[in-house]
Amino acid sequence: MRLHKRFLLAAGFCLMAAGAAPAASSEADFKAALAAAEAAEKDAGALKNRWTVTEQALAAARTAAAAGDFDTAVAQARQAEALARASVVQAKEQAEAWRTAVIR
Amino acid sequence: MRRAESQTPMLKSPMGKMPIVIAMALAAALSALARPATAADAIDPQATFKAFRDYFTKRFPNVPLADFVNGPYSMDAELRKQWQAIDDFPPYDFAVERGKQMFATPFANGKNYGDCFPDKGIGIRQNFPYFDEKSGEVITLELALNRCRETNGEAPYSYVKDEMASLTAYMAFTSRGKPFDIKIPDDPRARAAFENGEKYFYGRRGQLNFSCASCHVQSAGIHIRTEVLAPALGIMAAMPIYRSEWNGMGTVSRRLVTCNIQTRGVPLDPQDEDYRDVEYFLTYMGNGLPVSGPGARP
Repeated sequence: MRLHKRFLLAAGFCLMAAGAAPAASSEADFKAALAAAEAAEKDAGALKNRWTVTEQALAAARTAAAAGDFDTAVAQARQAEALARASVVQAKEQAEAWRTAVIR
Repeated sequence: MRRAESQTPMLKSPMGKMPIVIAMALAAALSALARPATAADAIDPQATFKAFRDYFTKRFPNVPLADFVNGPYSMDAELRKQWQAIDDFPPYDFAVERGKQMFATPFANGKNYGDCFPDKGIGIRQNFPYFDEKSGEVITLELALNRCRETNGEAPYSYVKDEMASLTAYMAFTSRGKPFDIKIPDDPRARAAFENGEKYFYGRRGQLNFSCASCHVQSAGIHIRTEVLAPALGIMAAMPIYRSEWNGMGTVSRRLVTCNIQTRGVPLDPQDEDYRDVEYFLTYMGNGLPVSGPGARP
């Protein structure tokens, strides 16, 4: 019986831990995410292939951070980084792939 | 359009008993050696011109060659009727009048626009853009106009609309009907600019992964919502244009900037080298077709 109670208690803690909200993002998290996104966007700019949606996500990240909403800010910065990386991949791929579309 | 897509080789070695992997490696090495150099001297603008022209004339056999300059109106009868009705009172008339006045008004130093161009700037639209062998770059009409202003101590205009659109509208109007005559001098830098323009035209960009050719080659004549996509052949002939969508006039720069934004790409600076080169490429593709600008588009 005693063992049964301990088991229930442990199971309860596990469920609480699993259901608990993830730790809130900090300003430092945002700064790190923003720096990564800006670096990726700089690469896209060097290839003359920035995307408007990346710029929008970066702006949304900065706006959320200014309002103290670091969860949103980090999410938007990560989104911006992913978009910027995709635009870099596109530019590198198209550096030669354009030839396949030429009228011959 | 024929695409030069890579194909999986047949699983049969053309070299008898040689293993297929070795045969493929050898073939790849040989093809690498035989591949034409991408250097400027390997670029053949005339062959590109012929293929481009053949593509559109074969795809749209009922469109007279000179009618391609009318863009979507050459593709759609209903749209053409609307355009003809609108053209009784052309929406670009104000821009032509304004441009004429501006063109005749001297700068503060007493000179005027005509002093910067051959034939005093009248009837010369068909020669723009051109490759300037001194500076090694493509000079568009818009760039030439602003350089003229700056040389004469005046501030440059915005490249996308307003005064610039009025000036180019007037200059195009004085050239109406003249055949485009874009030259590519025997200069590797000129051929490189031509190829860079071709690359820009066919390269995909923006989150939507569109190229200029996605709309104006593969989808020419097809409706995109209520609009009909213009064929790339002759697409520069009507510039600058009054667009209902803009509720005003716009230059070539404005059209390119807008195209980029529509694909969710951040546009380049209006007279970026890539934009000038793609204008060079596309206008050369329209050589022989008449200047029809300024134009009106939905």
